[in-house]
Amino acid sequence: MSYAIEMRNIRKEFPGIVANDDVTLQVKEGEIHALFGENGAGKSTLMNVLFGLYQPDAGEIYVKGQKVNISDPNDANRLGIGMVHQHFMLIDNFTVAENIILGSEPTRGMALDMDKAVKIVRDLSDRYGLDVDPLKKVEDITIGMQQRVEILKILYRGSNILIFDEPTAVLTPIEIKELIEIMKRLVKEGKSIILITHKLKEIFEACDRCTVIRLGKVIGTVDISDTNPSKLADMMVGRKVNIPVNDSPYAPKEKVLEIKDLTVLDSRKVPAVRKLDLEVHGGEILGIAGVDGNGQTELIEAIAGLRKVHEGQILLNGEDITRLKTRKIIEAGLGYIPEDRHKHGLVLDFTVGENMVLQTYYKKPFAHAGVLQNKVISKKAKQLIKEFDVRTPGEKTLARSLSGGNQQKVVIAREVDRSPKLLIAAQPTRGLDIGAIEFIHNKLLEEKKKGKAVLLVSFELDEILHLSDRIAVIYEGRIIDIVNPKETNENQLGLLMAGRKEAGRQA
Amino acid sequence: MSLLSILDIIIPSMLLTAAPLIFTALGGVFSERSGVVNIGLEGLMAVGAFTAAISTYYLENMGAGAAAPWLSLLIAAVAGCLFSLIHAVVSISFRADQTVSGVALNFLATGVTVFLVKLLFQGAGQTPYIEHRIDKVDIPGLDQIPVIGPMLFSHVAYTSFIAIAMGFLVWYILFKTPFGLRLRSVGEHPAAADTLGINVTKMRYIGVMLSGAFGGTGGAIYLVTIAGNYNATTISGQGFLALAAMVFGKWNPVGALGAGLFFGFAQSLSITSQQIPILDRLPDVYLLIAPYVLTLLVLAGFVGRAEAPKADGVPYIKGQR
Repeated sequence: MSYAIEMRNIRKEFPGIVANDDVTLQVKEGEIHALFGENGAGKSTLMNVLFGLYQPDAGEIYVKGQKVNISDPNDANRLGIGMVHQHFMLIDNFTVAENIILGSEPTRGMALDMDKAVKIVRDLSDRYGLDVDPLKKVEDITIGMQQRVEILKILYRGSNILIFDEPTAVLTPIEIKELIEIMKRLVKEGKSIILITHKLKEIFEACDRCTVIRLGKVIGTVDISDTNPSKLADMMVGRKVNIPVNDSPYAPKEKVLEIKDLTVLDSRKVPAVRKLDLEVHGGEILGIAGVDGNGQTELIEAIAGLRKVHEGQILLNGEDITRLKTRKIIEAGLGYIPEDRHKHGLVLDFTVGENMVLQTYYKKPFAHAGVLQNKVISKKAKQLIKEFDVRTPGEKTLARSLSGGNQQKVVIAREVDRSPKLLIAAQPTRGLDIGAIEFIHNKLLEEKKKGKAVLLVSFELDEILHLSDRIAVIYEGRIIDIVNPKETNENQLGLLMAGRKEAGRQA
Repeated sequence: MSLLSILDIIIPSMLLTAAPLIFTALGGVFSERSGVVNIGLEGLMAVGAFTAAISTYYLENMGAGAAAPWLSLLIAAVAGCLFSLIHAVVSISFRADQTVSGVALNFLATGVTVFLVKLLFQGAGQTPYIEHRIDKVDIPGLDQIPVIGPMLFSHVAYTSFIAIAMGFLVWYILFKTPFGLRLRSVGEHPAAADTLGINVTKMRYIGVMLSGAFGGTGGAIYLVTIAGNYNATTISGQGFLALAAMVFGKWNPVGALGAGLFFGFAQSLSITSQQIPILDRLPDVYLLIAPYVLTLLVLAGFVGRAEAPKADGVPYIKGQR
């Protein structure tokens, strides 16, 4: 039989590295085919070859049995191959309709025919059940809707083969469910889908078959119905993976963090955290579950002193830190793994070593009489690189050039090494693969065992359920309930996260 | 003196001084909307003014008469377009810093034009005065309309109306045509445009070259309506005022048109002050610096950087994240 897409023996080299080595990928018509592998395994390279952004050094591509030559994205478009990029390729201040038609615009005479464009978008969105508002600007719509716009962009171009590049990285659990339904509907309409992912759960919920790539080589292609998550994870990592669970006894100690009646305003001066009370004890991991935008960001920024407290009080080890500067709060015993490691966790154009002393550089032994002691910093960095298994050519490498997982390890090494009494971990594994997640989860659990307090904020319910000793559900800036992870499930949490406390209690 | 008669003096003068600014600011809009910062507008105006001066001079010698200044506007547009190619090659193809490249354009323009003037006119510091300017005329019929006739349609140059029409035309092109949508898309998010098969480099070249053509025309209009000859100080600051007008107009052609008229008004105050009560008693220097002070106030007070196209000034490198 002929495949919708067949890539045979693809080889692609970059200076010093073979990104794809004899890779063969066969996608059947009407299936959702997962391309599964760790960050840096060569998934994106392979898809960029298919999309015409890279030229393969060897190998052939067949579309519906016909050998083709794809030299740029235009060729790919003509062959019906479309890509939903991981970082959305949308123009914020254009409308939804403008974004969709850009590049092949309907015209009336010399002018754009926006009425027709809007109609086309409405028809497409009805046909595929992709709810969008064609007249809204992209900057004013949700991330989920932005992704639907991306999908409509390629449907508008008549693509039959849709590549989704890590599409769920930015979505909330509800949006992920919707996306999977959309993908299934698209397949029913005769499209074929390649899903690039490193999340096992999605593969088992959405896909028919899965090709596993490791270090540029294909490990195998399997039917999802013939395998199970742990087998697939082992294939991907190449060794036995043990995603750790929180199995050490729950023995909370003294109050480390105490938040009383806290109100914090968001950037529009509207309360994002409203009269919130919360306590975190030594020797426990407190997970905060909630849909993005319910005040999590503002809460942790207020604790870290990055955002002004409007009302209320924050105590760290009994010390009032409400109005202290961030440096004082850090010195009082805060470790902080921020949500966005690029924006707030690292100075990307500093070296790994410099990033590792961002909070301590002014103190002895890293500085002496106002001069940085580079030898001491290097030594410290080398020690942390070893201890935290950061894969980097050296401590003088720029943070920018590391993979996401290793960047996160740099942040965690820096924060954990100072041995803070309270560790805030906001989305600590966002966008990372299983190997890195395993490492980071282990580190968080170690901190608990050492008797530290860990405040974990995550949109991944699995992560919250796996790691937490108590789960606080945040909704519209308040903690609406605190539940025991052993006595709850995703359904109940989902209801609580939607603000339905009574329904949640009964579920 | 009644308010109406004051307006009858100020408005025609404002229209005259605004036209070069409007043209040049529209050029800036094209370039920056495509994602290329262009502070070389001053230099482009200088090249346009120089080209207009010599081409009018030679066309007159060839007997072109009153058509000479009009033809030289077109020649200046071509010259500006070619000169802007330097900026395009350096900042788009070679991805150099666009601000530095723009500054270089300004220095280069003054140097080259003055050098050529000396070469062409036996070492003279300036070109001969042109005989045929684009003169201020009363528009037949329209100048008879009560109230607005004397205000808007007498003692005006046709170039002012062309500039105003151009403001709306450029707005239409940018916001109502596929070309405009594509041009703006490469100024906002070139990688997105690239994945949709839009040639980012080509669009940016077009943006910069249009800015050259418009800036050149702006400088030429200044020469054939106001200056009359070219020397090193002919375009002193006009291009920067146009740049300010573009920013004040928030990178919108109609905004640039309005801002150009505003700065034209500021400049016309010093020209017409002798005829206006109260102002005629003010020391000249206040009125002469008025446009620049107003520019500072306006830019400091009313415009935020956030309005600029997102990829303005950022070279595009394919495949970079």
